[in-house]
Amino acid sequence: MALFTVGKKKQDDRAQIPPSALKITFREIFKSKAATIAFCTIVVILLLTFGGSLFLDSSKVTEMHILESYAGWGQNGHLLGTDDGGRDILNLLIMGGRNSIMIGLLVTLFCELVGLIVGLVAGYYGGTTDSIIMRIVDFVQILPQMPILIVLVTVLPNYNAMTLVLLISMFGWTGEARYYRSFILSQRERDYVLASKTSGSSNTKIMFQEILPNIASMIIIDVVLSVSGNIGIETGLSFIGYGLPTKIPSLGTLIGFANDPVNIIDRPWLWLPATVLLLVICLSINYVGQALQKAGDARQR
Amino acid sequence: MWKTVLRRVLIMIPQLILLSIIVFMLAKMMPGDPFTGLINPNSSPKEIARLKQAYGLNDPVPVQYVRWIKNLLHGDLGQSYIQHVPVASLIADRAQNTFWLSLLSTIFLYGIAIPMGISAGKHEGEWQDRAISVFNYVTYAIPGFVFYLLGLWLFGFTLGWFPISGTVAANASGFWGVFFSRLQHMILPAILYAIIATTGTVQYLRTGIIDNKVEDYVKTARSKGVPEKVVFNKHILRNSFLPIAAFMGNTITGLLGGSLIIETVFSFPGMGKLFLDSISQRDYTTLTALIMIFGTLTLLGNLLSDIIMSLVDPRIRVK
Repeated sequence: MALFTVGKKKQDDRAQIPPSALKITFREIFKSKAATIAFCTIVVILLLTFGGSLFLDSSKVTEMHILESYAGWGQNGHLLGTDDGGRDILNLLIMGGRNSIMIGLLVTLFCELVGLIVGLVAGYYGGTTDSIIMRIVDFVQILPQMPILIVLVTVLPNYNAMTLVLLISMFGWTGEARYYRSFILSQRERDYVLASKTSGSSNTKIMFQEILPNIASMIIIDVVLSVSGNIGIETGLSFIGYGLPTKIPSLGTLIGFANDPVNIIDRPWLWLPATVLLLVICLSINYVGQALQKAGDARQR
Repeated sequence: MWKTVLRRVLIMIPQLILLSIIVFMLAKMMPGDPFTGLINPNSSPKEIARLKQAYGLNDPVPVQYVRWIKNLLHGDLGQSYIQHVPVASLIADRAQNTFWLSLLSTIFLYGIAIPMGISAGKHEGEWQDRAISVFNYVTYAIPGFVFYLLGLWLFGFTLGWFPISGTVAANASGFWGVFFSRLQHMILPAILYAIIATTGTVQYLRTGIIDNKVEDYVKTARSKGVPEKVVFNKHILRNSFLPIAAFMGNTITGLLGGSLIIETVFSFPGMGKLFLDSISQRDYTTLTALIMIFGTLTLLGNLLSDIIMSLVDPRIRVK
């Protein structure tokens, strides 16, 4: 009996996934000053980009005003100047920032979802199921991601932001699947799983109600660490001109202005603010992620 | 040993076939005929139909696929109908540039990462370790293209230390003149490229050293009276290099295949740049060949990694 209560208590700590794992996460973040600063930076950026976009009309922002093209810093009431089409860089920055973050988040969501389910199934069932799934994962991982993405972006009809999210996710889930599988493999022989099996719980129940809560904090860490990488993929594609369609602003498109040597030297307002914003986003998200990871590692030891 | 290699090579065959099917399907998805550039605008529909027939484009898709594979196996990558040259020669030119850039990057990568990893592992928790972990955090977090761009802006444009694009200066002459000019053009992209890629290697080496330090065999060696230096170099270090050796193949092909963005930023005429040029010119034969090459390189990288791993670590050899 004592054994069971211990086991049960341990589960209770983590059993309610959303509140307790999230609570632990926040506690870990606010423990360190630097992580708190990084976290607050993210919140401020989110407020500015997502909040700011509420006041902007996307068709107005991307409208051309040829006469006002290439206004410098602070000219004609444009705080950060304008681009080749006379569009206000600050507005593009706000909307682009929102779009890039949004895509990063959506891609992460899809990849985590697919990766988690695939990893759970492969790791839990093991055997043939596992080997078949892992062969597929292996194969997707050897595909040249960037070139195939670029070709698909150019040939797919009705291409839009959502298509891009799905395309990037198509390649992104494999890392997650591998990561979760290796962890599940170590969980499936644990006492709580065996006990649950003996008492007749269904496999689905064990996977999703018993193993899943145990890896909730792992999932949170992985989500945080993946987001900036996924933002990097989208902005990278937009940077070389094969990401978001031109009508939809992206930080990558803004940074892409620097592909022209004239812009890189003479018109820094075009690409520098977006570059700095992207840097700050990636650095702060990763800082939070690493702080969480360290805390997670320490807890496991 | 040879069994492992043979087995690995055999695993590669179905992967290659699958890869080629995907590439072929991508090629079929691309709009236009592979000879769009060949015919002049005045060609009559009849003429086009005749060409289609001649090139076998009316055949069933599987037949076309088999023919494509046959040509591929004979080293015939097709004809670039935009540049009017065989794709193989077009790619060979650019592949050379990418190869040298990747080689230089690889040298820088290990030249930077190995001392850093060793130092961090040796001085765990001290200032060296903390400084290196900051470096690792920054290189991991920053998207590659932003890093390249800032490097180009700072060292290329603002300070003017390095050339900003191309592979060789127009006025370079003589073997050494050309050699140094090429080197000068490649140093900045190669260093930036290497720095972004160091994270994994540094991290694995550091963790390996820290984990191995407390292993029983190390304690045994110490208690036998083996000098500390020998313990570190012969026992700890050798085992810590295993994961790095294992990932070497992947790391190198990663550099080869990841050349798209660095070559764009530095307008470096390699395979990545050729890929982007071909896609904007709709040069589909070149594109298809390039994707096939990128994919095959990744496969070979994995193969190389596994072979190295079985060479250095007898435990994982297949019996």
